[in-house]
Amino acid sequence: MKRSRSVFIKAVLPLVVFVAFVLLLMSGIGKNPRLIPSPLIGKPAPEFALPSLHQPDRVIRKGDLLGQYYLLNVWGSWCPSCRVEHPMVTEVARSGIIPVYGLNWKDEPENAKAWLQRFGDPYRDVLVDYEGRTAIDFGVYGAPESFVIDQKGIIRHKVVGEITPQVVQNELLPLIRKMEAGQ
Amino acid sequence: MLAEIGQFLLGLALLTALCLSIIPLLGYFFKRDDWMLLARPLAYLQFVLVFGAFLTLVWLFVVQDFSVAYVWRNSNSLLPLRYRISAVWGAHEGSMLLWVTIQTVWVALVARFSHSLSHDRIARVLAVLGWVSLGFLAFVVFASNPFERLFPIPAEGVDLNPLLQDIGLIIHPPILYAGYVGLSVPYAIAIAALLGGDLDEKWIRWSRPWTNAAWAFLTMGIVLGSWWAYYELGWGGWWFWDPVENASFMPWLAATALIHVQAVSERRNAFRGWTVLLSILAFSLSVLGTFLVRSGILTSVHAFASDPKRGIFVLALLGFYTGGGLLLYALRAHKIRSEPGFELSSRETLLLANSLIFLVATFTVLLGTLFPLLFDAFGKKISIGPPYFGLMFFLIMVPMVVLLPIGVMMRWHRDSFARVVRQLTPLFLLTTVLTIIVWWFLRPLPLKALAGVYGGIWLLVNTLYALLTEKGRLTRGRLGMHLAHLGVAFFVFGVSMTEHTDFEKDLLMNPGESATFKGYTFAFEGVQRKRVENYIAEEGTFKVFQGDKLVTVLHPQKREYPRQRKPMTEAAIDPGLTRDLYISLGEQLNDQGGWSVRIYIKPFIRWMWGGGLLMMLGGLLAATDRRYKRHAEAEKSHLASQWLEKNSGTPDDKVTEVNA
Amino acid sequence: MTAFPRILSLNNKPSRLTRLGLTILSLWLLASTAVAIDVHQFESPEQEALYRQLTEELRCLVCQNQNIADSDADLARDLRNEVAEFIKQGKSGEEITAYLVQRYGDFVRYNPPVRADTIVLWTLPFLMLFVGAFALLRSIRRSGQKPADNGDTKTTAPSPAADREKHRS
Repeated sequence: MKRSRSVFIKAVLPLVVFVAFVLLLMSGIGKNPRLIPSPLIGKPAPEFALPSLHQPDRVIRKGDLLGQYYLLNVWGSWCPSCRVEHPMVTEVARSGIIPVYGLNWKDEPENAKAWLQRFGDPYRDVLVDYEGRTAIDFGVYGAPESFVIDQKGIIRHKVVGEITPQVVQNELLPLIRKMEAGQ
Repeated sequence: MLAEIGQFLLGLALLTALCLSIIPLLGYFFKRDDWMLLARPLAYLQFVLVFGAFLTLVWLFVVQDFSVAYVWRNSNSLLPLRYRISAVWGAHEGSMLLWVTIQTVWVALVARFSHSLSHDRIARVLAVLGWVSLGFLAFVVFASNPFERLFPIPAEGVDLNPLLQDIGLIIHPPILYAGYVGLSVPYAIAIAALLGGDLDEKWIRWSRPWTNAAWAFLTMGIVLGSWWAYYELGWGGWWFWDPVENASFMPWLAATALIHVQAVSERRNAFRGWTVLLSILAFSLSVLGTFLVRSGILTSVHAFASDPKRGIFVLALLGFYTGGGLLLYALRAHKIRSEPGFELSSRETLLLANSLIFLVATFTVLLGTLFPLLFDAFGKKISIGPPYFGLMFFLIMVPMVVLLPIGVMMRWHRDSFARVVRQLTPLFLLTTVLTIIVWWFLRPLPLKALAGVYGGIWLLVNTLYALLTEKGRLTRGRLGMHLAHLGVAFFVFGVSMTEHTDFEKDLLMNPGESATFKGYTFAFEGVQRKRVENYIAEEGTFKVFQGDKLVTVLHPQKREYPRQRKPMTEAAIDPGLTRDLYISLGEQLNDQGGWSVRIYIKPFIRWMWGGGLLMMLGGLLAATDRRYKRHAEAEKSHLASQWLEKNSGTPDDKVTEVNA
Repeated sequence: MTAFPRILSLNNKPSRLTRLGLTILSLWLLASTAVAIDVHQFESPEQEALYRQLTEELRCLVCQNQNIADSDADLARDLRNEVAEFIKQGKSGEEITAYLVQRYGDFVRYNPPVRADTIVLWTLPFLMLFVGAFALLRSIRRSGQKPADNGDTKTTAPSPAADREKHRS
């Protein structure tokens, strides 16, 4: 009895461990190891005070934007993917489902303005983060990234990468409905 | 046309591997000698076909046939000839072909040097090796074909990654792969023994030189990789605990455990199941390495362009080889009886302790490498890096360093700890005195460096003592062991010195300025732009003085390859026995020709790689021990006489169970 | 300034075209290994050592697998500047790490925290060592006590070499 148990442990245990191990490896296939979830979701957005792109002497603070939910879209004229998502961002802004603010990240204001002139300016306002400090506070690690911030200034969602129709459909719209209901 | 020939050769090789993996095994189970005897010719044929395909790819690179997608992607017309050849294994498809080519070399070698094995045994071993070839050939043919054509034919190739345009890349992969796939030999032996249910000391004795040789290549491959990263990447690091580095380190650790436990299981009828499991583990970890490098499930600095489909293919292979091996083990484990016949205080015990320590080390690296994946499965993210591995490894290896000399000194079978302690006491005192002397010369030393120096000298003193007091003839096996242990001594010393006493400084230097660190004065003379072969370089000139004496002139570069968009750093290094001087060029910071510069002084870093080289030499020496040959010859004549006896007697019973 | 390779990270099902793009892009990524060297002036050698330690233990989030000390990515440079700034303000290593973990998560540090969900990572190897050592000693001691069992197993004659070894000191 005891012997058969020890034989079982010795003989079958390695196999069991291996099967679990392969399952773990399989779970990793196809996932993107470079997608990093933000720890800021559900937490208050960091404080910021940044000049507006079009009126550099006007400073926009987090407090100025409270009371409404909005999408904060991090972009730069140097970023090719931002151009790819720009039509979609424009569509979201035009449709009026959510106000869109831009966070111009580590960019020369002239380049940014020229870029908006060329591809259209859908933003309600554009905040300029020339040094990239605010972006660090938001945990931005690439562009484009977009944050959904609610009426109370809480970060509800983060989109890493381009905003696509799927993202709008599956992530933004349900969340907007929730925020509308005051949840 | 040529590409199609290569393709065709691979197809034929696949068929040959299929035959090799099936026919001899059927012969074994149906007791058909003629089928079993096909194993050797098939093994040779497979090698010739795969090697032919490999040469075809080399030729396609030499003549720059950009109609082949792989050639187009990894070379261009500016690429010098030597890099055109190494570009063959510069990316995924070609490196897999190299993998398979080297594997078939091992199979052919096994076929050639196996006349001491009875033909039913060699038939089984070659058939299992055939399974390995078959799986990886299928992977090359169906999932990473290097001969795929492009249409329309591009006029110019992309480029070989400049990082890989280096002597390090020419030699590092072939040697590393030789180690990886070499581990398929002990694996095949273990599986063959399980298949026949005849695991005896002959199997293990026969496995030992192959394991040692594969281990030696793996050691060399890792040392070369580390050295290459050190001088090529430009940030002075020699090991980053990156998943890909770990992928090569895990099989090495498991093989180290295997080598030590084989020493026990060959002599005693004990821990043979353990030997089998470690053989399976070592090869499985090299397949796992292939999976980690090529599936893209972990981020790494060295990763190949990854493709999930390929990942699934390699994972299936891993499941087949490891899962199959373990299943077979589960079915046959009850047949493995053990009667240790040695006491607690004996060399056997310490060898087993060694295998345990190395197994735990393997497991730790595996845990740290895959833990992020586990976190990922729960939607969380974590990074496990050098601070974790460094600490854990230090803690796990301390008992290894302490116990190593005790194990070497212990007698087989039965000994007393008291005797060994008595004998070791003077050596311990000598170690302490020597450490104090070394400390005096190298002071100040941080505690961790001092611990490493102590450990290194402890191993050095004891190994030299053991070497000098060898009684009887010093066999290659014993000498190899001592050399490898000496290598550990140098390695421990080198690592602790270079990790804990190195110097690093980032600074702005204008032409004509100089800076003095640790007795060395670095005088910067400026940067010049020049055009070399297929790149443009900005080359700095630094004169290094010690006092008034000119030590060396260093020329670090910042290179631009026309086809690549980003610059790369080429560090300049003055290697030395007691220190390396290492300079990297950052970027120009002002109009006066001032550059940002990084200067490293790395004490005793060469000792670390030197230690690795000694280990490799030790492994090779042990693999060629006469003992194996002597046994082999005795076995051969024994087999021959048995064969004669059998054939003159009962003609219907053709298969001989020699070991019964 | 360069765009971070966002394209690479977002294609879950790459088409044939993008697959080629991926290959080229990742090779290009791999090739971006110019060493980043910033010059910071610190007040004391301790501060400088802390800077070195922190930048080596913080991960560059956009790189393949590099710390921020070695990476020439833009974000890594920003983070290095941030770290240097904090050190000059007299913040401790723990404070700076906590600051970045708060923003980027545990992913940003190469030194994993000791927590309930990572306890396995820190303890399992030692557990395995102790359990293994215990099992090993027990099985050797047990077999050493009982005489070699004379069951149906084939007895293995020690090889001549082993015999020689046995009598050697």
